[in-house]
Amino acid sequence: MNKVFISGNDTFGEAAIRAGCKCYFGYPITPQNELGEYMAANLAKAGGVFIQSESETAAINMVIGASSTGARVMTSSSSPGISLKQEGLSFLAGFELPAVVVNVMRGGPGLGNIAPAQGDYFQATRGGGHGDYKMPVLAPGTVQEIADTTGLAFELADKYRTPVMILGDGMMGQTKEPVQFADPIHINDLPEKEWALKGRGDGPSKYMASLILDPAEMERHNWKLERKFQEIEKHEVKYEAHRLEDAEIVIIAYGTTARIAKGAINRVRKEGIKAGLIRPITLWPFPKLKLQELARTIKHFIVFEMSTGQMLQDVQLSIMGKAGISFHGRPGGVVPTPAEFARYIFREYQEKKDLSYET
Amino acid sequence: MKLKNEWPKYYKKDVVTHYCPGCGHGIVHRLIAELLEEMDLGHRTIGVNPAGCAVLAYKYFDFDMIESAHGRGTALATGIKRSRPDLFVLSYQGDGDLSAIGTAETIHSASRGELFTLVFINNAVYGMTGGQMAPTTVIGQKTTTSPKGRNPGYDGYPLHITDIIATFPGVAYAERVSVSTPKNIRKTKKALKIAFQTQIDELGYSAVEVLSPCPTNWKMNTIDSCTWIDDVLEKEFPLGILTDKRGGK
Repeated sequence: MNKVFISGNDTFGEAAIRAGCKCYFGYPITPQNELGEYMAANLAKAGGVFIQSESETAAINMVIGASSTGARVMTSSSSPGISLKQEGLSFLAGFELPAVVVNVMRGGPGLGNIAPAQGDYFQATRGGGHGDYKMPVLAPGTVQEIADTTGLAFELADKYRTPVMILGDGMMGQTKEPVQFADPIHINDLPEKEWALKGRGDGPSKYMASLILDPAEMERHNWKLERKFQEIEKHEVKYEAHRLEDAEIVIIAYGTTARIAKGAINRVRKEGIKAGLIRPITLWPFPKLKLQELARTIKHFIVFEMSTGQMLQDVQLSIMGKAGISFHGRPGGVVPTPAEFARYIFREYQEKKDLSYET
Repeated sequence: MKLKNEWPKYYKKDVVTHYCPGCGHGIVHRLIAELLEEMDLGHRTIGVNPAGCAVLAYKYFDFDMIESAHGRGTALATGIKRSRPDLFVLSYQGDGDLSAIGTAETIHSASRGELFTLVFINNAVYGMTGGQMAPTTVIGQKTTTSPKGRNPGYDGYPLHITDIIATFPGVAYAERVSVSTPKNIRKTKKALKIAFQTQIDELGYSAVEVLSPCPTNWKMNTIDSCTWIDDVLEKEFPLGILTDKRGGK
């Protein structure tokens, strides 16, 4: 298939349909409305179900219902609406039901605004809902990568029987770029979901419950989930390494911020500053082993985020004091520029170079 | 009349009930299990059980079931039925679940005319949490959170959720019944049968509200509880068909 010129929000929808998504449930909220509209226009044509729910809470619970029957299911929202979905995410994790949840982040807290932001990192990567669980979180960097990670999200969700979040922002949702889509998969080619509820037929009945009143049994369930999360941490870490080969200073940024950081790296390299980039594609599991490895030779890291510093904590936890870390953030829906990042890198490099880089 | 006491196929055997003595849930469970066998539905049924006393309903029902978060049963049922229209889908909920925390889901699933059946157990109280005031608690009724009796000037009035949804064009059948007497229990079974058939015939949303005793939280014995349903609860929530838009069926 040839490349098509398409927005990020529409790309989530098209990629989901091609990944065999059968049901989409969602509630309008800016800046991701085009995704729901795309599904309304196209999912039924592909033999699927679109429902505009009465709330984000209802949408995520419709997701639970449809997923329990074995269907590939998606919902999407933006920050305030994702808060409303947290109860359902906790249930999905407890039931071990697959689902793909898109968050096109905007400024917050509260209603905040409708401009691009990255303030939901903690909520996404720390589970968000109540109880002891984790959830894979994918952070595409371009519209092409939205297409790729949406397919990956459905695969991971089914493989590990877990909700998977794709964390975008208002900028990439609205951006149009040429995208090469994968060929549509055939649902019948996917492995049978033995665990799904299909009516008992002549066999034994099944039930899905997250209520486990016996603490010992609940603990066993918690450890079972944790073993699964450890498998995910072992096998599913993804990141992009950009211009690391000769780097003396390493930027860490994800999503739209990483894209801006690449522009900044081009600028400072013209000034002779050897800067590189690690762009986590999975925010959970976080590429901490890669950062630990880099911290053996790199003496200084810079974290850029469109927040007051959330992924920063994961970088600190990875590097564990083995190297210096500077942070520059623009919360509230302010989108930084490559020039701004370049100035920051330049300044940090000048300040830190005498301390570190000559050793 | 020939008495029969055969164990319904879709009702688990050798399980000790967690329901209190005199509770109505067991009666309604049994009626559902009997009908799913008589109507040959149990093999393709998915039930949604609520948060509340019936959260453990899957311990008794022997068909596929999933538990919902408090109030979200009709949203789950929507997802199941839309994903698999060939399945028979039940949402089984109590008054707090359905008409307090889940009001939005209840109203909108009915407004969309979803093709599942709602079984609503109304015992005018939050049972599992220990007898707090419910939306359906009647005026003057004492609960742990209306200790002097429900005062409408302070606590508001009983909410008639089934009457509300019965006005919706998408709701094909809604009836309020009771399990206070053997006669009423037979009427309950008949109402459930009509509701199930409404779903099979894809005529629209179907709902059965069952006035059901809760002796433990009402602090009454079983007989007084049934009498209280007839004398008090029925006055607030009159029995009968609330809507029937099935046309020729």
